[in-house]
Amino acid sequence: MSIQTDDYRTKSTLETFGFLPEFTADEIYDQIVYIINQGWNCSIEHEDPANTSAHYWGMWKLPMFGERDPNAVLAEIDQCRSAYPNHVIRLIGYDNYTQCQGHNFVVYRPRGM
Amino acid sequence: MANKTFNAGVQDYQLTYWTPDYTPLDTDLLACFKVVPQEGVPREEAAAAVAAESSTGTWTTVWTDLLTDMEFYKGRAYRIEDVPGDKNAFYAFIAYPLDLFEEGSVVNVLTSLVGNVFGFKAVRSLRLEDLRFPMAFIKTCGGPPSGIQVERDKLNKYGRPMLGCTIKPKLGLSAKNYGRAVYECLRGGLDLTKDDENINSQPFQRWRDRFEFVAEAVDKATAETGERKGHYLNVTAGTVEEMMKRAEFAKELGQPIIMHDFLTAGFTANTTLANWCRENGMLLHIHRAMHAVIDRNPLHGIHFRVLAKCLRLSGGDHLHTGTVVGKLEGDRASTLGFVDQLRESFVPEDRSRGVFFDQDWGSMPGVMAVASGGIHVWHMPALVNIFGDDSVLQFGGGTQGHPGGNAAGAAANRVALEACVKARNEGRDLEREGGDILRDAARNSKELAVALETWKEIKFEFDTVDKLDVG
Repeated sequence: MSIQTDDYRTKSTLETFGFLPEFTADEIYDQIVYIINQGWNCSIEHEDPANTSAHYWGMWKLPMFGERDPNAVLAEIDQCRSAYPNHVIRLIGYDNYTQCQGHNFVVYRPRGM
Repeated sequence: MANKTFNAGVQDYQLTYWTPDYTPLDTDLLACFKVVPQEGVPREEAAAAVAAESSTGTWTTVWTDLLTDMEFYKGRAYRIEDVPGDKNAFYAFIAYPLDLFEEGSVVNVLTSLVGNVFGFKAVRSLRLEDLRFPMAFIKTCGGPPSGIQVERDKLNKYGRPMLGCTIKPKLGLSAKNYGRAVYECLRGGLDLTKDDENINSQPFQRWRDRFEFVAEAVDKATAETGERKGHYLNVTAGTVEEMMKRAEFAKELGQPIIMHDFLTAGFTANTTLANWCRENGMLLHIHRAMHAVIDRNPLHGIHFRVLAKCLRLSGGDHLHTGTVVGKLEGDRASTLGFVDQLRESFVPEDRSRGVFFDQDWGSMPGVMAVASGGIHVWHMPALVNIFGDDSVLQFGGGTQGHPGGNAAGAAANRVALEACVKARNEGRDLEREGGDILRDAARNSKELAVALETWKEIKFEFDTVDKLDVG
């Protein structure tokens, strides 16, 4: 095989799913279903792109304890986006058994990021 | 016993150490040995001899036996079972009272249980198959310095296995060139890179130089990707003092993780290092050089599930477990059996996985399973399915052998990993649809497309030498 000589450009990928193309609403929906089916609680966080390396991002309201409707979670993501159009937004699945986050991925990046 | 008198001479072990009516206590340490006795030695006598030689006994009676309460301290062979598919061997189950062992010392446990008895003439071969540590002993051990949950929180890695690789060529690179290889892997999408176990502090690359260049590589990749990165800085050294010096310097550089070889360096050094890591907020990656010398022969030695349990007690946040699918030995059911021992808080007896006892780990933190050795991107669906999220998948050649270099190879693996995790979460069957999932993902990743083409023919299909015992 010939040697691939393409330049590999470093990307700001921000952890899980950062190497996949931006998710459609349907794809986000499927991940929400996964989180709910694991028995985890969805939560939304947002942050200014300049500060995303911090452990703590702004929390959008409280985690959605007991919410079983994926559309309700999608609606909250939209609300968060309207309120903070210039922030990065991530979706978290809190696992209270392991006391850890079972899932965490960016669902929205502001334009130009 | 006050009414006993001393009779000099040799008596059958089974008079004292074969106790088929004994019900093990919750505080007993239980062991299962696979024994092949010498011809003409009855099973009960061989089992009792193993119990004796690994606890209080010696070959002859001694008068000082009568100065203590041997009934309290002796190990007891309490059960014998056939080994499926092997007429010569049998399983001997032995119970040891807790007071035979020093608190917090797996060294003491191993010195007793796999000490002189393994050279004992009455048995032709002997293998320690499994141990049941009582909770009373587990609570005296420090265990993993951080554990799975804390590591995830520190490194900000959620919802997927972590991705790593060992820097190659494993020997001979200068420190600065080595740091370059690390930087390329990390900026391309790996979470962690690893010193090869052979890299300590050789003339071509002294440890301090390596640590400094690698730290810059890690920090730069972290800043550029917005992801937390790490490199397992190998602190394994010829003396414990030197090991500690290297660990301290890694901390001084602000690095998150160091590494150690627990079998070649020994459990004492490992436990010391794990305790230091716990006190200093450092993650500890554990490599297992020499394990196959001890665990590969199905009739003699120690099964890796025992070594894995001992490591969890001694302390480590990662442990190499084999890959099941790659270039190194490893039966699938058996591997899953000891992966459970690393990560779960309770593991029930399951002979189909080679687990001989219920094992309760209580609140001891878990250890990440590390799959490393001869794996490439086509193995990704199977690896995600077998190891699940609490694992590190390490592609050495499978990253650095990419025609586009380390960064492109890393990106290919990361895309493949994330595509598999996404598909799994969507309810797709990874092992059946794996090929389609990878080919679909490659449509959006040139790096993955090239990787799929490069390694499409590579297979490692040899039969496993150490199989589980089945009829």
